Amino acid sequence: MRTYMAGEASMLRPKGAGETISKAVSRGAGAHLGRTAGRPAVQITHLRKTYGPVTAVDDVSLSVAEGEIFGILGPNGAGKTTTVECAIGLRVPDAGTVSLFGLDPQSDRREIHEIVGVQLQSSAFPAKLRVGEILDMYRSFYRQPADVTELAEALGLAGKRRDYYRSLSGGQRQRLSVALALIGRPKIAVLDEMTAGLDPQGRRDAWNLIERVRERGVTIVLVTHFMEEAERLCDRVALIDGGRIVALDTPASLAARARGGKSIRFLPSAPFDDRLLTGLAEVTRVEREGRHVVVTGTGELASAVILTLHAAGLEARDVRLDASTLEDAFVRLTGTHLNEEEEQS
Amino acid sequence: MSLHTLTRPGAPRAAFGKIVLNEARLAWRQPAGIVAGIGISLLLLIIFGEIHVFRQHDARLGELSAFQVYIPILISFSIGILALAYLPGPLVSYREQGILRRLSTTPVPASWVLAAQLVVQACLMMIATGILIAVSVAFFGESAPGNPAGFVLALMLSIAALFAVGLAIAAAARTPGAARGLMAAAFYPLMFFSGIYFPMQLLPGVFQGISHLTPLGAAVQAVQDSMLGEFPPAAPLLVLVAYALVFGYLAKRFFRWE
Repeated sequence: MRTYMAGEASMLRPKGAGETISKAVSRGAGAHLGRTAGRPAVQITHLRKTYGPVTAVDDVSLSVAEGEIFGILGPNGAGKTTTVECAIGLRVPDAGTVSLFGLDPQSDRREIHEIVGVQLQSSAFPAKLRVGEILDMYRSFYRQPADVTELAEALGLAGKRRDYYRSLSGGQRQRLSVALALIGRPKIAVLDEMTAGLDPQGRRDAWNLIERVRERGVTIVLVTHFMEEAERLCDRVALIDGGRIVALDTPASLAARARGGKSIRFLPSAPFDDRLLTGLAEVTRVEREGRHVVVTGTGELASAVILTLHAAGLEARDVRLDASTLEDAFVRLTGTHLNEEEEQS
Repeated sequence: MSLHTLTRPGAPRAAFGKIVLNEARLAWRQPAGIVAGIGISLLLLIIFGEIHVFRQHDARLGELSAFQVYIPILISFSIGILALAYLPGPLVSYREQGILRRLSTTPVPASWVLAAQLVVQACLMMIATGILIAVSVAFFGESAPGNPAGFVLALMLSIAALFAVGLAIAAAARTPGAARGLMAAAFYPLMFFSGIYFPMQLLPGVFQGISHLTPLGAAVQAVQDSMLGEFPPAAPLLVLVAYALVFGYLAKRFFRWE
């Protein structure tokens, strides 16, 4: 649960940092427009994938609109990576269909590889190649590649182009991997744990980059187990657990659904009877935490509570409003804490 | 942009050049392959050339000098060590590190890296051969290969046969360690039958018979004959072709990209 001080706008996001970022990465939309217009960017129906006795993905269906940032969220082993690897043609599904802009990842491999940029969770590059050499090589794979200089700058790798891959830190390797996913100006970017291993600043830079890339019409599929990342970036999120989608909605709706409401916590200026508040339509529960009162409810809960107290000659001090978050939704829907998963991994 | 590139997706041809360039850089920056493939055989050539008795013609060696016998053996040593030790290693570690897998999500097929490796290793083999021949001619008064066409053919078939065996090792080995083990298991017996420890002419006939059926033994035989001015006989050439086809098929059949 995330706690906001009263009056603080919970959804305020710092914007506008990093204006230089990547005109480079974004022209992908032009390349195959004729063939692909008007179709969902990603369409997965009844996807199923087993490894021996283990069912990794079980009847997953989802659809991602063009230009959307779509999050796939879940604990380790939930089937997130398998789902996207089937989507990009790295794995062959046991059942179900996948289509990217109407193309089949298995039979239309060549077209798919032109329009999809991929960042895999576990990929390395030869230790003794320089960053610039790797970027140049990957650039040559595509017919309308991004500008390497701009891309390197956007990802904070501009000063690293002469460095050997083996000398890069984990975060720098991660940023190179993201750069390579975007270097072909893809129509769809599939990023698997994009910000794993990045420090908070690196994570924010990567988020800024993703938002800029999206502004130019690139569809982004983001596999993550960072709540903050999903809440900040994603238009919609699929929560996956045990190979199944347990919820699929906007981050805000998922969070609201998690608790069916919000709560207000305050210190009353004088004792009062709970029935004063339990009679209100907005209120579902009143609890005491020491001298503090926690009221849970829906709708315009805060103003209803404060106005009622005021009318009774009471004052609410030390007010805190709690909004439930995606994390709450996650815990409620899967019974798992993402953070615990993170520590184990 | 041409109509061709608009209508047919796929990687630009220039990408292959970039991959070859990077593989060449890696070979240069991790020069163990260059040292082993070119340096060792050159060093041995010079040492043997300085040993007086090695320069004397010997009836047991078919009136050749030991030095002359060793030139094709050292050429096949260069080809053998590069193909068996320095070709599978990078391929297996690229697979293990997910480099091949990452490439297979781009318009470039992962097989282009394998092809680039073959180009780089073949260049090293030809450089090694060129240096060995040039040094033996310039400093030790030997003559250039008497049958250049036969020499080139013998060389190409030897490279193809040893590449096939090396790729089969890369296909069979799951880890770089396993690749090293398989390499050692194949390399030392094959080197024995190439005659690098004792020229085969000095050993009983049964060893020569086996030698002629091994890839390095057949390579030595074919290269030797072409150096002496004859077109190599069919037997060693067919042995080399057979290794190229059989092991090439096995490699293709069992090579895993991830």
